[in-house]
Amino acid sequence: MSIDLKQFHQTFFEESLEGLDVMEQSLLQVQNEDGDNPELINTIFRAAHSIKGGSGTFGFADIAEFTHLLETLLDEARDGKRTLDTEAIDLLLKSTDCLRAMVAGHMADAPAAANITDELAAGFKKLLAQAPGAAGAPQAAPMPSSTPSESSSTRVWNISFIPNRDILLSGNEPARIFRELAELGECLALADESQLPELNLLTPDECFLQWQLWLRTAAAEADIREVFEWVIDDCTLTVRQAADAEWPGEDAQADTPVRAQNNSEQSAVNEVTAPAQPAAAQATDAQAKATSPAASPPQGPKKAAPAAEPAQAVASPQSSSIRVGIDKVDSLINLVGELVITQSMLSELGNDFTMDRVDRLNNGLEQLMQNTRELQESVMRIRMLPISFAFNRFPRMIRDLSQKTGKQVELKLSGEQTELDKTVMEQISDPLVHLVRNAVDHGLEPPAEREQAGKAATGNLHLNAFHQGGNIVIEISDDGRGINGERVLQKAIEKGLVPEGTELSQQQIFDLIFEPGFSTAATVSDISGRGVGMDVVKRNIKSLGGRIEVISAQGKGSTFRVHLPLTLAILDGQLVRVGGETYVIPLVTIVESLQMQPDSINYVSGNIPMYRLREDNVPLVAMNQLFDVETDPTAVDNQLLVVVEADGQKLGLRIDDLLAQQQVVIKSLESNYKRIEGVSGATILGDGSVALILDVTGIMNLALSQRGSNPRAA
Amino acid sequence: MNSQTTPELIAVPEVHTAAKDAYTGIDFISTGDQYLTFYLGRELYGVDILNVTEIRGWDAPTRIPNAAGYMKGVVNIRGLVIPIIDLRILFGVGEPTYNATTVVVVLAIHTAQIDRTMGFVVDAVSDVLDVDAEKIKKNCSLSGTVSEAYIRGLVNSGKDVVTLLEIERLIRLDRE
Repeated sequence: MSIDLKQFHQTFFEESLEGLDVMEQSLLQVQNEDGDNPELINTIFRAAHSIKGGSGTFGFADIAEFTHLLETLLDEARDGKRTLDTEAIDLLLKSTDCLRAMVAGHMADAPAAANITDELAAGFKKLLAQAPGAAGAPQAAPMPSSTPSESSSTRVWNISFIPNRDILLSGNEPARIFRELAELGECLALADESQLPELNLLTPDECFLQWQLWLRTAAAEADIREVFEWVIDDCTLTVRQAADAEWPGEDAQADTPVRAQNNSEQSAVNEVTAPAQPAAAQATDAQAKATSPAASPPQGPKKAAPAAEPAQAVASPQSSSIRVGIDKVDSLINLVGELVITQSMLSELGNDFTMDRVDRLNNGLEQLMQNTRELQESVMRIRMLPISFAFNRFPRMIRDLSQKTGKQVELKLSGEQTELDKTVMEQISDPLVHLVRNAVDHGLEPPAEREQAGKAATGNLHLNAFHQGGNIVIEISDDGRGINGERVLQKAIEKGLVPEGTELSQQQIFDLIFEPGFSTAATVSDISGRGVGMDVVKRNIKSLGGRIEVISAQGKGSTFRVHLPLTLAILDGQLVRVGGETYVIPLVTIVESLQMQPDSINYVSGNIPMYRLREDNVPLVAMNQLFDVETDPTAVDNQLLVVVEADGQKLGLRIDDLLAQQQVVIKSLESNYKRIEGVSGATILGDGSVALILDVTGIMNLALSQRGSNPRAA
Repeated sequence: MNSQTTPELIAVPEVHTAAKDAYTGIDFISTGDQYLTFYLGRELYGVDILNVTEIRGWDAPTRIPNAAGYMKGVVNIRGLVIPIIDLRILFGVGEPTYNATTVVVVLAIHTAQIDRTMGFVVDAVSDVLDVDAEKIKKNCSLSGTVSEAYIRGLVNSGKDVVTLLEIERLIRLDRE
């Protein structure tokens, strides 16, 4: 029976990462509550336990081994023998990072280096070695290398197990028995290989091995004998109580490396044919399992993460799957049901259609339209995740940052349930991280400085998300020192970004901080201030079709407001006609559309056409020339103007006709072709034809580059 | 009537044998690779049939602004937006005319490096050809209008010579 466990790996990775997030959040909560909340500790323990179980099952021995250390510590906390102090929480938090790296390593098929693990493992051993607060011994023994602790009730047993040669034929497997034995306590199995014949005489279905088993357990002799119940007729078994001193030490283990191991049918024999290979990792893995009385049989790929409310289902950036609340799927199924009913109604109508039933046809089509729209909305909702997925990492980050900077920060999150498309969420996470880091590093003052300014020593950082029209707005606000406009301007002049003596509005000054290479931080720290970042933040947000706004008052704090479209897959578009072609202009970029007055066109600076729009002058771009589309020359007077805006710059697009406004589904051109300047993608119209979606920024660049080469005036 | 039955009786087992062979399906699966051949003007070209996803009629595509002449535009094939390339213009062979009988061969490659579907305009589809790999000759040393890189080799079919094309190269976009 060979099942390819690889097929479950992805699920295991996702669940592990989820579990780690749960652990991290709960740990931070434990710390904030300054006390031992048993429910939280149980949650952490369960998460760790699931990861251990899963990694053991799938053969990720390093993870299993490391998690075992965590579990031991958590187990003591769970039993009330230990309180989780700052040191322990620190260590556990670092371990979640480490485990995350290990999981990521396995995902990329490149297991992480062991040195961090070793360092943390040493920390755990140190912590575990310290006497737990309450009396009583920890039940779980730590790593094999450390001395097992014991209590008065445990005894050491020596079991001599000499199986008959044909024991394997009856379907019994010694390794399985040993594993069962290991559940009673700490177990060591020493194999006696003296009966082994020459390799050429060896038959795989005969068992030539004999075992000396050492068991440290609180269980009674009857319990031990019960384990051997099935093989009692096929072996010679003696069980005797031994003195503690008889427990074989490390040396014995090194000599005879066969232990209770996870082996398949013949491996007990195979193992001995190559006794020089201790298979260390596997052995310690098995040992780790064997020594933990709490360890349940390995868990299958079933649902491992505990308490998985939809809100806690975290999608890792690498994975392409998505977890969806069952209610969303239910509503989809309902809608599909309705759609099927409408369809059958329509097809019945179509079977013998007469003109007097045209009303019913119209009704049916109306209903179909309704169904389709609802279905579309429902499907879109499946891609939506609450923004808490992006927010959840911040408590941990703030904790680390405040430790690093010595600033006291109180983080407030609100609007976490606001939903956002998954792809947008993935791409907005990094810019958000950067903005939060900036707020702590640049925005908030150290406690002393705050008190001097008459503020509370603890700074406030507020992350908020809410819907506004068809957009989502994410605000990052702090009550720190605010942006010093003069200093920003000064710096910009120094860097040559702005010519000296320029008068800039407040907003224009704030926009300077998004210029590449700009930083006002006096000293470069490892948190921020290298002058890279804010320009990237702005670029990322813009690539999502969003924008960022800065509001700041000196001494009072600043707010960065990020506006984002709800989804990247669908946009509201204005269909326009140029010659025989139809293009889609994203509605968000359109300022206004108007009929052109020929006498409002002025030519300036060497044949640049400008349209006088009230007091504004808008440069004109003739779409037919830009895209080289043939138009009817007689219709020139008739041209319409669509004024669009991008990067704070207005541009007038001359088109032939305005068509409908509609939502369009964005299709990639790049997947089968390549990027085209001035076009952000394509969509499929109702008649099945393809229309290109215009990219306003790209059109500006295109117009600039063509201006020199195109002799024809617009 | 009866006197004529004897020669017919001999023919029966032969028919039977042929039917038996047909059942084993030998006729369809050939030993060599199969190529779909098509005309560009008076020349015959062939592409590996495993890469052909469909053959469809000409439908005016949506123009791509400022694209090369051979790039006719993009069309929608079951939700995919795919570019249409006129091989006659790309290769400088035949006359690019577009009418109801113009044919678009849709080719797809799905590998680790490239995952792409594209449509190619040709004059007419001709036949499916079985080609033994060792029967493929090197391209003649005279240089024509078709870039050497697109050509896998030449193969004889009856009295015609078919130019076999390298699809992976064809479907890439880094052409001159």
